[in-house]
Amino acid sequence: MIRIDLPRFGGFGAWRDAARQLATGRIDPAQVTWADDGTPPELFGADPVPPPGPHPVAATKDFLSLAQTVASHSDPERWALLYTALIRLQDNRGFITNPADPLTDRLSRMAKSVRRDIHKMHAFVRFHELPGDGPRRSFGAWFEPEHLILEAATPFFARRFADMDWLIATPEGIARFDGAITYAPPASRPDFPADASHALWHTYFANIFNPARIKTDAMRSEMPRKYWKNLPETALIPEMLADAPRRVQAMRDAGATDAAAFAARVTARIRQIPDDTPPETLEAAREQALRCTRCDLCHAATQTVWGEGDPAAALMIVGEAPGDHEDLQGRPFVGPAGQLLRQTMDQAGLDPAQAWMTNAVKHFKFTPRGKRRIHQNPAAGEIRHCKWWLDIERRMIAPRLTVALGATAAFSLTGNRSPLTPRRGKLETTLDGGPVLITWHPSLILRLDPAPAAAAREQFAADLSEAARLMAA
Amino acid sequence: MGAVERNTAGTYIPAMAVRTLQQKLAILSDAAKYDASCASSGTTRRDSRAGGIGSTEGMGICHAYTPDGRCISLLKILMTNFCIFDCAYCINRVSSNVERARFTPEEVVSLTLEFYRRNMIEGLFLSSGIIRSPDETMSQMVRIARMLRVDHGFKGYIHLKTIPDASPDLVAQAGLFADRLSVNIELPQDASIRELAPEKRPETIRAAMADVRLSREAAKEKTLTGKRPPRFAPAGQSTQMIIGADAATDRDILKTSANLYSGYDLKRVYYSAFSPIPDSSAALPLIKPPLMREHRLYQADWLMRFYGFEADEIGAAHPSGFLDLAIDPKLSWALANRAQFPVDVARASREMLLRVPGFGTKTVTRILAARRNGPVRYADLLRMGAIMSKAQPFVTLPDWHPGALTDSASLRARFAPKPEQLQLL
Repeated sequence: MIRIDLPRFGGFGAWRDAARQLATGRIDPAQVTWADDGTPPELFGADPVPPPGPHPVAATKDFLSLAQTVASHSDPERWALLYTALIRLQDNRGFITNPADPLTDRLSRMAKSVRRDIHKMHAFVRFHELPGDGPRRSFGAWFEPEHLILEAATPFFARRFADMDWLIATPEGIARFDGAITYAPPASRPDFPADASHALWHTYFANIFNPARIKTDAMRSEMPRKYWKNLPETALIPEMLADAPRRVQAMRDAGATDAAAFAARVTARIRQIPDDTPPETLEAAREQALRCTRCDLCHAATQTVWGEGDPAAALMIVGEAPGDHEDLQGRPFVGPAGQLLRQTMDQAGLDPAQAWMTNAVKHFKFTPRGKRRIHQNPAAGEIRHCKWWLDIERRMIAPRLTVALGATAAFSLTGNRSPLTPRRGKLETTLDGGPVLITWHPSLILRLDPAPAAAAREQFAADLSEAARLMAA
Repeated sequence: MGAVERNTAGTYIPAMAVRTLQQKLAILSDAAKYDASCASSGTTRRDSRAGGIGSTEGMGICHAYTPDGRCISLLKILMTNFCIFDCAYCINRVSSNVERARFTPEEVVSLTLEFYRRNMIEGLFLSSGIIRSPDETMSQMVRIARMLRVDHGFKGYIHLKTIPDASPDLVAQAGLFADRLSVNIELPQDASIRELAPEKRPETIRAAMADVRLSREAAKEKTLTGKRPPRFAPAGQSTQMIIGADAATDRDILKTSANLYSGYDLKRVYYSAFSPIPDSSAALPLIKPPLMREHRLYQADWLMRFYGFEADEIGAAHPSGFLDLAIDPKLSWALANRAQFPVDVARASREMLLRVPGFGTKTVTRILAARRNGPVRYADLLRMGAIMSKAQPFVTLPDWHPGALTDSASLRARFAPKPEQLQLL
């Protein structure tokens, strides 16, 4: 037998050096005893470590990181298993990535158990403040992990609590931090002085608990009993549980009580009673429209997107409905199609700020797809419901000319649902008796293939120029 | 219970004459416990080696669990439980006779830091009743976050509850100090919000979420000078809705969630079973909290976010609009769509493997890795974490075929818990 003695701390580095040397001679794993403090001496004496052999030794990064984690496992066989895996890896790189391989599976489970233990140590260490007169505050904790994770788990505390001195004592050893971590062999469990913040913590623990929802299985699966000895607050759990049914019953029995008199006064002062009288100003109409529930679109959309521009405008631009961007910002024509519209208006000599820009439907209609919202055309019913608002806008703005962008706007304004192609570029009469110029919706231009898009873009620009000419006349 | 004793309302507060910090903590943590969120993950990585105190390393940490099965990751408290709103489901509504208290900003800061130094929490989740006005309340919450970050160099996690009507300016500041912002949608349907929370407006709540999304996106874009603007709520936003306080079906709820996820880039929608509160409102009688329903909704939510399911598909498995409480929603979907099974594990796409009951996302990743190395057998799947008792009827393997099991009429009964005999009174 070849015996390799590994130190209490820094065991992984020592294993790696020894394993590399043994592997150059492809020494049979069965010939090696990996020993630490507690391992008894070899019955028949140990063989000397052979000199380096002729074989190259390679290990993948993934294996090394797995090995480093497994090295913290409490299983005394861990070093032997890792060496076995290292030897196998020399002929078969793939086995360590195959989850169906029994050795890979065992090592992965060991690593998982270690990672979980480290995570639980990060979670469940409880520091007590220690008396001190230095410039830095000083804290101490006792913790009993499942594995030998002192070295693996403590750098976390150094990163987190860099401005205080601390020590964490475990059965494996003691980690001390005063700007750098040092490790020392274990000592008996220290007694920490009482710490007022722990009493506050118990108050918090008892009160954040909801007695009406008992789920002790969920609690125990995440905070297994083996860790409870590290957590003083768990001493409260039996009484919290025992008392829970009484507290719930008390809530039921108490039922509703009469509110104090001031409550009604507060409510009367702040509760806004919606004003549903027909609006007399554009601003009052906007306020009402923000609360609109005439159709079902309001439930999914963010908000009503009301018109924008000059309330005394002679030109009104009516689009279809707000899109994704408009819905989020609460403003019309701010998305890609809106930008194309504003740009084309600009080229035609129309100032968007001097027009009234609005939509036939004031809420965004969409289908959710994961993290995106897919635009949908509003239905005839939704257009009709929303015409209430468009009519109010038209009455108050009384434009000389209206431009209808796309079929939805054209339908809402004229009541005519026939196809747009023959109507585009022509003037029609709105239901309220004004002239409306029919043109494409800019989003159509963005959707088309390049060739038809260019043609539509030209028509769109020509139509807006025509609108500018009509406005100037 | 030592120094901690109970008062008549069932709140654990120390028996003392004057309202101490401990009493305030008792009242204001009791008032905060109906918020389900306690996440502390997914923010920027930072630590205290260059100064200050605290760290965040990607993964959240739950420092303790209470017997209600919820984790304690953050110090979850209200700044005050005085509130001028009158939301029927809320313990802190103006018409409730619950005991009231109010922390000073210094008290909140000190509690957060002292608990943090003892490794009890990852940070602070601060919410508040509305005092005087939304802006007044929000500005005090922002002040607390600023004290932690600026005065104390706190690098831990901060989650601020955003008050929907607060001015955009304050929300913009909140996003600079907080890792996560949240606005609660409160209830799954607009009509219920208008009825049960008359001071709140669903459109304002959604607009607040839209603002947070837009601010986050703006903070990711480089400016003309190539500088990156400061991060805005790097851990994103979340929301919560109460389950069982209104008549919404699970299908309604999942639809609302899908809309919220798609619109506001939410990290999470939390579902909170409506739970009895001391001093309930006559408008909303107390019920036993529908914990199983809440659990099934979380499972369905997971299916939408990690398994490629659409809300409609999950809802369509149940004509009633409610999820099957006896079996999980994925199994329920599979039973309703048996024509798509059994799935050949050796050939099926990732998307289809994700739909097999008993296969989680990790198992599917392992299957895809393992089948590159050779055939995957029944025992291999067991080792890789598949729950084969569930998967059996839905897969074929070199050494397993479900035969007529996939289509057998009694398949649901195999999975549903045995009916319990009613107990005599």
